[in-house]
Amino acid sequence: MELGTQLLQYLLSGLSTGAIYALIGIGFSIIYNATGIINFAQGEFVMLGGMLTLFLLSVLQLPLWIAIPLAVLLAALVGLLFERLAIRPLRKASPISLVIITIGGAILIRGLAMLLWGKDTHSLPSFSGDEPIMLGGATLLPQHLWILGITVVLIGLNKWFFSHTISGKAMRACSYNPRAAGLVGIDVRRMVLFSFVISAAMGALAGIIVAPLTMTAYDVGIMLGLKGFCAAIIGGMSSGLSTVIGGLILGVLESMGAGLISSGYKDAIAFVILLLILFLRPQGLFGKPESERV
Amino acid sequence: MKQELVKYLLFTLCVLLAPLAFLDSYLLNVLVFVGIHTLLAVGLNLLLGYAGQISLGHAAFFGLGAYLSGVLTTTYGWNPWLTMLVAALLVGGMAFAIGFPILKLKGHYLAMATLGLGIIIYIVFNEWVDVTGGPSGFSGIPNLQLGQLVFDSDLKNYYLVWSFVLGCVLLSVNLANSRIGRALRAIHDAEVAARVVGVNARLLKVQIFALSAMICAIAGSLYAHVMTFIAPPSFGFNISVELLTMVVIGGLGSIYGSFLGALLLTLLPEFLRFMHDYDIVFYGGLLMVMTIFMPGGLVQGIPDLFRKLLGLRKGKGGSHA
Amino acid sequence: MLELQGITQIFGGVTALNDVSFSIRASDITGVIGPNGAGKTTLFNIVTGIYQQTGGRVIFEGSDISGMPAERLASLGMVRTFQNIELFGKMTVLENVMVGLHSRSSSGLFACSFKMPWALKEERRIRKEALHWLEFVGIADLADVTAANLPFGKGRMLEIARAMACKPRMMLMDEPAAGLNSQETVGLAELIRRIRDLGVTVVLVEHDMELVMDICDRIVVLNLGQKLAEGTPREIQENHEVIAAYLGDDE
Repeated sequence: MELGTQLLQYLLSGLSTGAIYALIGIGFSIIYNATGIINFAQGEFVMLGGMLTLFLLSVLQLPLWIAIPLAVLLAALVGLLFERLAIRPLRKASPISLVIITIGGAILIRGLAMLLWGKDTHSLPSFSGDEPIMLGGATLLPQHLWILGITVVLIGLNKWFFSHTISGKAMRACSYNPRAAGLVGIDVRRMVLFSFVISAAMGALAGIIVAPLTMTAYDVGIMLGLKGFCAAIIGGMSSGLSTVIGGLILGVLESMGAGLISSGYKDAIAFVILLLILFLRPQGLFGKPESERV
Repeated sequence: MKQELVKYLLFTLCVLLAPLAFLDSYLLNVLVFVGIHTLLAVGLNLLLGYAGQISLGHAAFFGLGAYLSGVLTTTYGWNPWLTMLVAALLVGGMAFAIGFPILKLKGHYLAMATLGLGIIIYIVFNEWVDVTGGPSGFSGIPNLQLGQLVFDSDLKNYYLVWSFVLGCVLLSVNLANSRIGRALRAIHDAEVAARVVGVNARLLKVQIFALSAMICAIAGSLYAHVMTFIAPPSFGFNISVELLTMVVIGGLGSIYGSFLGALLLTLLPEFLRFMHDYDIVFYGGLLMVMTIFMPGGLVQGIPDLFRKLLGLRKGKGGSHA
Repeated sequence: MLELQGITQIFGGVTALNDVSFSIRASDITGVIGPNGAGKTTLFNIVTGIYQQTGGRVIFEGSDISGMPAERLASLGMVRTFQNIELFGKMTVLENVMVGLHSRSSSGLFACSFKMPWALKEERRIRKEALHWLEFVGIADLADVTAANLPFGKGRMLEIARAMACKPRMMLMDEPAAGLNSQETVGLAELIRRIRDLGVTVVLVEHDMELVMDICDRIVVLNLGQKLAEGTPREIQENHEVIAAYLGDDE
């Protein structure tokens, strides 16, 4: 393959993985904006999406179009439980405790998944077959289109929810000023719960749509979660377009790096970017610097 | 600080005498690892418990110490003791340099940055096959030796490792009870106020980060020479989390607590062999339960439990190790 | 001793301070007053290195200290206390003051870990001096109490003791009388005078008018981010604009 086509290939697959990172990143941002917490368990919701769908398909023999929504629902339920059992008791705790408890939760979820479904990797069937589509010399799989399409829809839904529904606006109010939000009658705790439920659902869906391409196993959550976080950081923890761009940039850079430089060090790319952003521009590429009130 | 002296002497006594109870037992081997983990946990505790800075990548320093020492000794024929020194200084220096940008971050961001750093280093261990042997590991590392004494048995390694632990605990206890320890706790409690009265918080945090990394590197070097074989999985994110759990369970800011945490988390998997598949669930559950119900760790939780049961009140100030 | 030139601070869209300038004379007790929201604490935070001003300069004893971090200011002789007292809650009262002596001691990581004789000697000196400052503010009997358990008034005294341990040349106090009852406030006034007698220049931000009028040599009045007036207590009390700004005195 000549360089131009190669680059196009990397670009396309990069955009597709980037879309996944964007969805996961938005999940991080939603929770962070509502609660100030970084949910280390976010990656596990992604894992649950794929694994639950697999379980519903193979064990319960449900058709794909039922298994998927059900899996998302179940994952959202896990998110709810997580918030109730782990986060709510610790509302006043130090950042260290919050970090530790979300890590603990992540490990717990991962461990349970391993017990229930074993350590093997599995693949999910593609949504509409595996016939490759040619685009200017590069190959696209139908699943890539599903990924991009669903991502666009989800982001649109997200935007609509936060800008045009009462609950969405209430959640935004909580992120700007929880006390004021409480004073005008918003149930902040409910909004926190919502944020976890929505993030879990989005994460799960992200995990489902990418599983046909990258396989799924009990431990895919770690890397995906971290890279999603990276996307969120690039985007300045916004739950909108900035994080999407962050995810896409990350996906493309990773893909280019893996293809042009070395595939073994591919994962390191995301983390090098993460460190660079945290060191040089912690507010993300698009954010404004924060000032602390004393 | 008579109380401190007594505690330390008791600790030393137990450490020195313990092998007598386990001379022919497999447990002696496990106790060597308890020692290594104690070193790591104490190192991490100085950063996490005292200075209040979270690191999710400390296993990387452990690994750097192990690989530096292992590779320099085996591939290049250096003297093992020298490589331990070099590893400590190099890793300490590297941590010092990267400490400045990284410790500007706080809370979750710091956690993520250290996590990212740890993973990058882990990936290097895995990918740089020419030097590190990659995923299949690196073998042939010689044992340490002092003159004619070669450290090649569990008993000898026990005393080797635990000498280091005793030294490290002593120095850490001294540090914790000194002006530096106070300054660290001040930074942890109210960083702005500490800076306002002249504590150079930035520098101190970086210094402790470097010290902590050095201790982990030394532990890594010991590990390499005791095991004679090292592989990347021993230095990954899971290990960083284990270390974190040990420190949290033992009690943040308690040196002896770190020993307890290390002891518990190293011994438990041995006693609960059947738990092999359940270990991940167990760690996760343990972390969560401890954070919610016993945030001060065992060192605070157990005495508290006793006091509650006996109807006594909580105690005051006192020593800080 | 301290000169503020044209200090302006803009947060987002809000101008908290607009071109504020005045000077503080050495060995004075100067009060900065103004209605709530006047920008007093913001000004304080700028002078003490917690915020960086948007415009203007702060000159301390001839040097421009704008933008210097708080720990450097402490080494230059400037220390502050906080409105919401920031104590090291988990440490004892004595230890809190000992931290104040951190910048006037030097044993490093090595000396402390290995308990070198000079480190031990320094530790004894630190402890002795810390006790001295506790006696100075009158809470030496509480030396071993955990700081978080102190009643507010004593906590305020502790913060002052800790600040004094730095041997500052200038002490800035952010609403030291806040939360004190009238008896404690009288004690505070006397303490501030004793501090000044030691040669320390004191600047206070305060709402308690009685205290301010009683002990201050000069007063600066801020309102809505701007300097409204400056002068002796008598001059300020008779200034019509100041009276109008307050309209309905506190107390």
